[in-house]
Amino acid sequence: MKAALDNLKKLTALDGVSGEEKPVRDYIVSKIKDYVDDYYVDNLGNLITYKKGTGNGPKVMLDAHMDEVGLLITLINQDGLLKFRTIGGIEARVLAGKRVRIGKDQVPGVIGFKPLHLQSSKEREGTVDKKQLTIDIGAKDKEQAEKMVEIGDLAAFDYEPVEFGDNKLMAKALDNRVGCAALIELLKHKYESDIYGCFTVQEEIGLKGAKTSTFQVEPDIAFVLEGTTCYDVPDTKEYGISTVCGDGPALTIMDRSVIADKDLLKHITETAKLNGIPYQFKKTISGGTNAGRIQAGGTGVKVAIIALPCRYIHSPVSVMDINDFENMIKLAKKVLETLPTSITLYREQGGGKVNV
Amino acid sequence: MECVELLKKLSNMRAVSGRENMAAGEIAELFRQYCDDVSIDAFYNVIGFKKGQGEKPGNVLVTAHYDEIGLIVTGIEDSGFLRFTAVGGVDAKVIGAMEVTVHGKEDLFGVIGVKPPHLIPPEDKNKGIKMEDMRIDIGYDGEKARELVSIGDMVSFNSPARELLNNRMAGKSMDNRSGVAVLIEILKELQKIKHDDNVYIVATVQEELGLIGAICATYNIKADLGIVIDVCHGDMPDAPSDEAFPLDKGAAVAIGPIISRKHARECIKLAKEENISYQIDPEAGDTGTEAAVLAVAREGIPVILLSIPSKYMHTTVEMISVSDVVATGRLAARYIAGRSKE
Repeated sequence: MKAALDNLKKLTALDGVSGEEKPVRDYIVSKIKDYVDDYYVDNLGNLITYKKGTGNGPKVMLDAHMDEVGLLITLINQDGLLKFRTIGGIEARVLAGKRVRIGKDQVPGVIGFKPLHLQSSKEREGTVDKKQLTIDIGAKDKEQAEKMVEIGDLAAFDYEPVEFGDNKLMAKALDNRVGCAALIELLKHKYESDIYGCFTVQEEIGLKGAKTSTFQVEPDIAFVLEGTTCYDVPDTKEYGISTVCGDGPALTIMDRSVIADKDLLKHITETAKLNGIPYQFKKTISGGTNAGRIQAGGTGVKVAIIALPCRYIHSPVSVMDINDFENMIKLAKKVLETLPTSITLYREQGGGKVNV
Repeated sequence: MECVELLKKLSNMRAVSGRENMAAGEIAELFRQYCDDVSIDAFYNVIGFKKGQGEKPGNVLVTAHYDEIGLIVTGIEDSGFLRFTAVGGVDAKVIGAMEVTVHGKEDLFGVIGVKPPHLIPPEDKNKGIKMEDMRIDIGYDGEKARELVSIGDMVSFNSPARELLNNRMAGKSMDNRSGVAVLIEILKELQKIKHDDNVYIVATVQEELGLIGAICATYNIKADLGIVIDVCHGDMPDAPSDEAFPLDKGAAVAIGPIISRKHARECIKLAKEENISYQIDPEAGDTGTEAAVLAVAREGIPVILLSIPSKYMHTTVEMISVSDVVATGRLAARYIAGRSKE
């Protein structure tokens, strides 16, 4: 588990904004290549790995998206400031006053904001307007900025992971490097089923990578490993609390993209109970996951989501509980180890259970 | 120490207004190598004294405040989250998702939580978030949090100073540690040039709460010239062009009712002669800086105000140009030394 946490920290320190996941992918390859039977990168950039099973279980796909939310440079102003659009969901209030790094050379920049002293009373009371924000790399004019940055470059938050409090980890991009780190760990072990570990791209802009990965893998069942929303601070109405940090991995029954497979969910909860691993259900239906894309792949795929509650996701300072992370891996591993005897595929119901 | 390293060190120090004791010793240490005497007063103003070589030396007082804006803990929830309010002019719009240090029994890492976009109902998307609705997450439950944190503990922002293009730097406390860097630049210059007058270099406290440190610091020093070093607004889009000054063009020399017109004019004349870059900052009111205090201290101290243009003031990425810091230090030191030749 120490290795998993170490991988997680290193993964969050890398930049992989949707469309430029290579640094993350390269790191993952270096960590999994000795444990899998085959791996390749598809046209979209997904890393697809194959691990032969020791028995005859269903064909299992494990999905973890590599990409993170970030910024796209759209214009270089005459004064050298960079205009940008967000890639994935980032609130304007999260952007003002933040440190970013841009492009392959990781050019440092900051997102400035009009000082309180110069704001009109209307501006003081209002919100941050995303359109007014720019990245400042210190350039004195457009010409100097153009030497460092090109339109189309991607920018990521420039924040290093910090362990703090009671076994908590703060980092950018916990959504979804937690899934990547968990999947790396899961691939180190042998299972009866054939496992296709898919590290996918472009989830944050609409579940793109999962479409091509599912087409290639044609799985029977799939588990999505994911960092999910968590907002358990005081004054949040109980119905608005999606998950609770520290209460164990979260299982999704339904979100905007998918209704999880009942049999798989039952298998997961029973496995958790049997092994004394804490779990919780995600209590809001907000957000979507790759499960939504995977379920409709081929002739249909049974899907479930094992998620890690992360406070403040889609910001540079998301927070998770390290016990939750370890329990997420423990639970997923047990679920995979006990899979073949407990899962029925609809298309085989006429003929009985899956061969084991 | 090179100016870049000095600015990094200064900006990264923690000295929220009222708790400057956290940095007073470090500032005193920086002064010591250039001064004949360094003392820290009851308010934690740090006072460096550099003796003049003249037979009848006058006294020059140079001030720059070294406190920074921050937060103060106002409550501890049963869940361990901390409530807070602002110390100085903190803009609630720019502190969401910020890393902080809570100065409790020990220094604790924390973050100011923000709701993820997925959970914000559409009707709240365009509403501003109020500081009283924000919490600091230190990762502990209520019991442990109460053990480590007390109401009234100060909180500073984590935003390590970074170098950018063009000799520019951004950090949490360029307002006004870049002014403190100027103080040290002045001391360094005065090592090299002869000056008749005694010079009192004072890093002051609690400016952000209403210029409080300067009021105490001026009580005991009989100065016949005051020089205040602070930041002014750096030019940025959407800022009024006569209230914001471009970076890299040198100190903004204030002209206005409370400023000594004689000294301001002579200072500008000197800048021209010595080819030191400067710009003119017309100030109609009392400037909102310590110049307002010095002008009416004791029987009144003739005062000039030199400001370093800083973009994004009172955010955690306040940006200044190192060249402006150096130019301001040189101009002030030359003016102090040249004055006694009259």
